[in-house]
Amino acid sequence: MQMQGERTIDAGRAEVWRALNDAEVLKACIPGCEELEKTSPTSFSATVTQKVGPVKVRFKGAVELSDIVEAESYTITGEGKGGAAGFAKGGAKVRLSDAGDGTLLVYQAEARVGGKLAQLGSRLVDGFARKMADDFFTRFQEAVEGSAGEPETEGDAPEEKQPEEKKKSWFRRLFG
Amino acid sequence: MPKDQGIGASSLRREDVRFLTGKGQYTDDINRPGQAYAYFLRSDVAHGTINGVDTTAASAAPGVLRVFTAADLEGVGGIPCGWLITDKNGDPMKEPKHPILAEGKVNHVGDPIAVVVAESLNQARDAAELIDPDISELAAVIDMRAAISGGPAVHTEAPDNICYDWDFVAENKDAVAEAIAGAHHVTTLELVNNRMVTNPMEPRAAIGEYDAARGEHTLYTTSQNPHLTRLLMGAFVLSIPEHKLRVVAPDVGGGFGCKIAHYAEEAFVTWAAKEVGRPVKWTADRSEAFISDTHGRDHVTKVELALDENGKFLAYRSTTLANMGAYLSTFSTCVPTWLHGILLAGNYTTPLIFTNVKAVFTNTVPVDASRGAGRPEATFQLERTIDKAAREMGIDPIELRRRNFIAADAFPYQTPVAVAYDTGNYQATMDKAVAMADLDGFAARKAESAARGKLRGLGIVHYIEACGIAPSALVGSLGARAGLYEAATVRVNPTGSVSVFTGSHSHGQGHETTFAQVVAEMLGCDEANVDIVHGDTARIPFGMGTYGSRSLAVGGSAIHRAVEKIIAKAKKIAAHLMEASDADVSFANGQFTVAGTDKSVDWGTVALTAYVPHNFPHDTLEPGLEETSFYDPANFTYPAGAYICEVEVDAETGKVEIQSFIAADDFGNIVNPMIVEGQVHGGIAHGLGQALLEHCIYDSDGQLVSASYMDYAMPRADDLPNFTVDHSCNTPCTHNPLGAKGCGEAGAIGSPPTLVNAVVDALSDHGVTHIDMPLTPSRVWAAIQAAK
Repeated sequence: MQMQGERTIDAGRAEVWRALNDAEVLKACIPGCEELEKTSPTSFSATVTQKVGPVKVRFKGAVELSDIVEAESYTITGEGKGGAAGFAKGGAKVRLSDAGDGTLLVYQAEARVGGKLAQLGSRLVDGFARKMADDFFTRFQEAVEGSAGEPETEGDAPEEKQPEEKKKSWFRRLFG
Repeated sequence: MPKDQGIGASSLRREDVRFLTGKGQYTDDINRPGQAYAYFLRSDVAHGTINGVDTTAASAAPGVLRVFTAADLEGVGGIPCGWLITDKNGDPMKEPKHPILAEGKVNHVGDPIAVVVAESLNQARDAAELIDPDISELAAVIDMRAAISGGPAVHTEAPDNICYDWDFVAENKDAVAEAIAGAHHVTTLELVNNRMVTNPMEPRAAIGEYDAARGEHTLYTTSQNPHLTRLLMGAFVLSIPEHKLRVVAPDVGGGFGCKIAHYAEEAFVTWAAKEVGRPVKWTADRSEAFISDTHGRDHVTKVELALDENGKFLAYRSTTLANMGAYLSTFSTCVPTWLHGILLAGNYTTPLIFTNVKAVFTNTVPVDASRGAGRPEATFQLERTIDKAAREMGIDPIELRRRNFIAADAFPYQTPVAVAYDTGNYQATMDKAVAMADLDGFAARKAESAARGKLRGLGIVHYIEACGIAPSALVGSLGARAGLYEAATVRVNPTGSVSVFTGSHSHGQGHETTFAQVVAEMLGCDEANVDIVHGDTARIPFGMGTYGSRSLAVGGSAIHRAVEKIIAKAKKIAAHLMEASDADVSFANGQFTVAGTDKSVDWGTVALTAYVPHNFPHDTLEPGLEETSFYDPANFTYPAGAYICEVEVDAETGKVEIQSFIAADDFGNIVNPMIVEGQVHGGIAHGLGQALLEHCIYDSDGQLVSASYMDYAMPRADDLPNFTVDHSCNTPCTHNPLGAKGCGEAGAIGSPPTLVNAVVDALSDHGVTHIDMPLTPSRVWAAIQAAK
């Protein structure tokens, strides 16, 4: 399945780009991510736990960054094996452009599953993948802009209303 | 007054006592001392190269006895295909190896890669999670048209993915083309016969056991045909001679065709029991069944029917792509050919028939028999096309069929597609169904439906099938690698009770009741004195099993022949007891009498004397009373019938509701009317499931996405109307001693086109001419919108 979307982020392009390449940010933004370790400048090993319909799966796999055009675009792909539950693969092409004082982030994402996940969850997977992508970019926006406070590390709380008082982005706290 | 015993009585099914009280003994109920458990690690990709399978961690996991991959299966053969098809060029079909565990490549989701054998099932499962198969995914080919048009090859042996390209009847090809070219009217129809998951209630299971002291193997398995499994597995896969291999198929919870084939899991547990020195048990869960049981149907067909100005059928041509899946299952290759092409005459006098069938490999689960196996596909295309022709030519669909029926006095009737029908009366079954359906009232019912905003439709079908599979000489000449006779032993015990050992396995059909009725009728005894034993190669002389509605026609005939031999022998014993000549002894109602005298001796005395032969003339009379018969039928049997269905369609939502379903079947002689009615009900429900609900869907990557009951809709009671079933129009089979034709598949063959014809009739005013099954609300609604 394929999804697309865009967000206007209230931050400069360089800042957004830096966040897109930061393991801590990615870890915080990938829903259900328990571990994300950099294994090279463009690759990470990851452990992600997710519940797809009736199947709770702990995926172990790798995240790769490719087609990198500095401060402009890259492709982020992930592939996880969930043992008896099957596998999940997904990716997103992310493109940044200036939008006034902020940055327009446009993404095209796709996801596929196999094995028991496909068998049991096929009708749930599309919605699940859409939510995953949506959650990721919502969290990402919040991480960069600071509206969300500390992002959740569990996979199921992105819709919770955050305190109205706008905190400083944790990313900005860390980096400047 | 109806009989309460013997042939024609609706005796209650004796097996139901154990089935309905939870006392059935299924394979999974069997536990052998010291048994270990097997768990199959299956591919979750549809197509890929296996670079390696690291089993180190799994082998060291708690409770694991051994982990096996293909490399460990030295000396184990592939699973054989039971039927060789020769293609139109005279070449044998492409027959790639079907290994027990994937060798170098995986070819469908569910293809087994490795097996863990452990102390417990959970330990085996947990260990399987530690196996890391390194697989490079290859592009998968799922759609048959893509497969034969340059899609990735499933097997290097078949680079174009074509298993065979088969013409039948080849010599008719040009004459058919000529007739179609010059015909007054040609009706064409392109259709899909949707892929089904067969879904017996009991998932497959197998236990292998090895007695090292005796060198004997035993396999307990969920099979419709234990002897066939012994033959295929013993001779082709594991090289175990028959006398060292026992196959037991105990109570089996439905087969419907998908338990005919010999499967990898059966061979594995049998082989592994010797390797690990322990009995090895495997039971599929439902998810596993979806991706490892053979699927059914899956044909894409184009039909042309040529008619003259009076609606007489002049010629019929069809071209079919038949999905084989990733490997050739046991009977897969004969389903779209010899079980399909020979039925294309239907009940009609069409003089010229030609079909081309291309069997196609795809990265999907193997496809094999499923209730009807080839015959539903033939009936569906023929009866849908006739319906379309009737509409196009403005002829009533019943009248069009009647004009083309083979006349009742034309039997035996040689069709242009190899088979000769022995008997039938199609006008009679059509008359019966029409009378039951109150067609005169249809217009009023349609108006009443319209008043409620619903569209009412009437669907008519007259089907034929070829059952009683099959004459060995005929099927041998067509490529069958086995004879298809049946065997029975009848043993009269010393006290007069009778044990019957039959090769026809019962997995829901009620053989234990029906066969006892046949024997009781012949011997004039109480049914309770007759016991039917089936499902164990150690107890039964031989057998070819249960499929193709063959049990009564072939297995029952073998029993009949054996009982005839018993009576002949018993007469000799009676003659000896009464000091009469054999030829003067008559037997009726359990009494032996001598013509012209008042001498008589009863059954019990003869039975006891057979085993207490104190003064037998041993040079002319042996002790004992036990006879075996192998019955090889002279022809197929040809059940036929008329089905009429009325539906109501909601044009706003596309929802179809079945208002009535009427079946008038000709099954020849009937032993147990209640069981026959139950078989017809089940068959119709099965067929309506295909027509309305069931659909096996692969995504373009080869993932089976309709692989649970959340996504694969089985028919339920509230989807179906009460069925009105009649079997009074019987023309007995002329070539078997019971005059029986078979009834197990009829409903599944006749009902899908009946339902579709009814829905298309309801929507004909909207311009809809065809909808592919299943007729889900979304498809029906889409068809209405597309026709606007």
